[in-house]
Amino acid sequence: MTAITQIRRNDQPIYLDYQATTPMDPRVLEAMMPYFTHKFGNSGSRSHAYGWEAEEGTEKARAQVAKLIGADEKEVIFTSGATESNNLAIRGVAEFYKDRKNHIITTVTEHKCVLDTCRHLEQQGFEVTYLPVQKDGLLDLDVLRAAITDKTVLVSVMAVNNEIGVIQPLAEIGRICRDRKVFFHTDAAQAAGKIPLDVEALNIDLMSISGHKIYGPKGIGALYVRRKPRVRLVPMIVGGGQERGFRSGTLPTPLCVGLGEAAEICMKEMDAEAKRLKKLQERMLTGLRAKLTDIVVNGDLEHRIPGNLNISFAYVEGESLMMGIKNLAVSSGSACTSASLEPSYVLRALGVEEDMAHTSLRIGLGRFTTEHEIDTAVDELVRHVNKLREMSPLWEMAQEGIDIKSIEWAAH
Amino acid sequence: MSAVTYLDHNATSPLRPAAFDAMVEAMRAGGNPSSVHGAGRRARAIVDRARREVASLVGARPSETIFTSGGTEANNLALSGAGRRRVLVSAVEHDSVRRAVSRAEILPVDGEGVLDLAALEAALSASVEPALVSVMLANNETGVLQPIAEIVRLARAAGALVHCDAIQGAGKVTVDLQALGVDYLSLSAHKLGGPPGVGALVVRHSAPFSPDRLGGGQESNRRAGTENVSGIAGFAAAAEAAKGGLDVTGFRDRLELSLVQIAAGAKIFGARAPRIANTTCISMPGVPAETQVMALDLAGVCISAGAACSSGKVQRSPVLLAMGVAAEEAACATRISLGWNTGPADIERLIIAWQDLYTRVRQSDISHSLSRARAA
Amino acid sequence: MAYSEKLIDHYENPRNIGSFDKAAEDVGTGLVGAPACGDVMKLQIKVGADGLIEDAKFKTFGCGSAIASSSLVTEWVKGKTIDEAEAIKNTDIARHLALPPVKIHCSVLAEDAIKAAIADYRAKATKKAE
Repeated sequence: MTAITQIRRNDQPIYLDYQATTPMDPRVLEAMMPYFTHKFGNSGSRSHAYGWEAEEGTEKARAQVAKLIGADEKEVIFTSGATESNNLAIRGVAEFYKDRKNHIITTVTEHKCVLDTCRHLEQQGFEVTYLPVQKDGLLDLDVLRAAITDKTVLVSVMAVNNEIGVIQPLAEIGRICRDRKVFFHTDAAQAAGKIPLDVEALNIDLMSISGHKIYGPKGIGALYVRRKPRVRLVPMIVGGGQERGFRSGTLPTPLCVGLGEAAEICMKEMDAEAKRLKKLQERMLTGLRAKLTDIVVNGDLEHRIPGNLNISFAYVEGESLMMGIKNLAVSSGSACTSASLEPSYVLRALGVEEDMAHTSLRIGLGRFTTEHEIDTAVDELVRHVNKLREMSPLWEMAQEGIDIKSIEWAAH
Repeated sequence: MSAVTYLDHNATSPLRPAAFDAMVEAMRAGGNPSSVHGAGRRARAIVDRARREVASLVGARPSETIFTSGGTEANNLALSGAGRRRVLVSAVEHDSVRRAVSRAEILPVDGEGVLDLAALEAALSASVEPALVSVMLANNETGVLQPIAEIVRLARAAGALVHCDAIQGAGKVTVDLQALGVDYLSLSAHKLGGPPGVGALVVRHSAPFSPDRLGGGQESNRRAGTENVSGIAGFAAAAEAAKGGLDVTGFRDRLELSLVQIAAGAKIFGARAPRIANTTCISMPGVPAETQVMALDLAGVCISAGAACSSGKVQRSPVLLAMGVAAEEAACATRISLGWNTGPADIERLIIAWQDLYTRVRQSDISHSLSRARAA
Repeated sequence: MAYSEKLIDHYENPRNIGSFDKAAEDVGTGLVGAPACGDVMKLQIKVGADGLIEDAKFKTFGCGSAIASSSLVTEWVKGKTIDEAEAIKNTDIARHLALPPVKIHCSVLAEDAIKAAIADYRAKATKKAE
């Protein structure tokens, strides 16, 4: 059997796509290892030591996750990932309370799995309000206040956007929801472990967490479900009744342990890591701005996790840029949809014009990103943006002073 | 022989070394399979290769294979995804099938735990509404195999779809989608030496399917969520290693013969039906299952008193009750399940531990009855 | 998505980047696509007195396949008559570069660009004749 000894081989590209997935922290893997090998039991087995050992592992992990978000461990249930958590939170609540309330509020910049779940509920007869966001990507609280009715059961607003990294005003949203006696769910897949989250202080009733976005394993996530005041859910996966009946299925012990360890490491290192990433983010932006004109950061820069930049390099199409910067692994749009070639719906929601949306790259920084990698990335980006601008008819027009918007383009 | 003899493979089977290696390799590769860059494409390649491997274990096409978070999700997904309002399930199905839909009609089994085909036929003809029939390949508690091909024949004649929970059968006996003829087939990685947290639902191309979990469009829009890449890689490696099946008939015969000889009146449930060789459900008369399990655990042998699920409290096995086993007899039944790393020494250790326990119980019974006799 | 070697070569070493004076009488300019759709191609041909295309230039805003498609056609049209150039089909481009299905539209755009450049040249020529 082999072991992981290093994160990146020298011949691999520089990984700058931390919002798509994060490499697993070797410390996480180390914590998981025994549960792959000799502590392999089923945590549901009550009859022998293997089962107890596995249960110890999952319960410690549950406590670690709970601690990260200021919850009680009884309020944390394990799922197969944030997509499942989001599906379960929204559908589970909607279906449980449907006889009394049938209205759900969310935003247009949510992750696809939230939007798709909401659309599904609309087909089932629920009413869903999709709130717009402002130019900076943030929700206007007055718009939220105005949208809540006495039929509203749930407000689902993501903590941090996966494409532009902006942090929504969770405390204010939580306060509004609590005052209006509406449940507040937040998709914290991109936020947990990166910014401080306290379900009590923020009045959060349900929170989705992902393992592989916080240097833990794929295939595991968690859903926080508040007990006081109690939130009730109709489960999506039924069977053996694991996870207090909210989510059946044998718990994948090594994955749970990995998520727990990842949560603990994030918690311990959050402050220092945020400062370090902020410096790297600034270094990258300063480096790019020093050598390139016509670049625009999409989304608010201040209310944003330091590990994200989303930049439009005007007159250069994003995919061709990605193809050029072979030594950099970045993304144009979110990973789920980047194969679809559609301009990002998140950027469109911010009012970014389609032509600018086509020039955007998402650059994700994280735990293993170094200063040297940032410098290399800046050089490579500058070189290729310049090369592609030389090739770009739009850049040529802009240099000649022609307003691209004045041209009548034939759609195709 | 290891420090502990683990004979609870139907609860979970230890990870095979090949699966472990494949997982480590996948973890090292990293990447989100939906990303377009190199790291993403490597992850995608791992998932694609794994899909071919898992599909081939059950004679399915890769495009018919949907990865899930495990067997429970696969079973739930089959029952909801088929889109049939009328659902018929056998009385010995796993909870993840029996509870997956609220209005499932329960079909009886005979004393050996085999589905009552006449009852199936009657149920199918009782309504014109097309049904979904869900019957497992091998039972998790008794190992009893169901006559799937026959069930499919009856179901087809009535226009019904068939789902087969093959979680306990795959990797132990040959499972072939074409030969079985079913429309949906569930698999779980950790029951055949892969990691927990991953499974698959095979959906035949011709079968209807609507997804349950919505989002990023993964698994060809049939199951959203970032793929558990390393888990999937481990599943595939385990599937490959399990391909030859599990030949433990010799061990099974040796242990069953010995246990029955040791304890007069010990009963093996489902013994007269075709069974997978790795599972023995046996009673030690008069000794509560929990006592047996604890005593064997102290002797370094892990077995189980029933299915390993969430219930802290011990409940009577619905499987045995459905077979008409009396409650007091079911209360004395334990499950012994062998797996890929079971050796002859494990069998001997179990036999010795069983014998010790039985002897001690008998002696205390005798001493109790003697003391009672003296008192009287 | 795996790209063919030919495609990557055209993307990394694009042929004939640049511009001619679009007011010149012997130059035909085609500008097709739209920024909002993510691709814009400008393709220019310079036609000699003998009626053969003696030079071609392009600039493209678009994905690697769009860049490669336009680079390829500038090579192909050179030395051809206008009628021959007009006969270039998007399927030829797609086949030569082994474009993946989702990128076929890039070859369509390249074909449109040639046709637009030729139309522009012809319009100028007709005007001159009048």
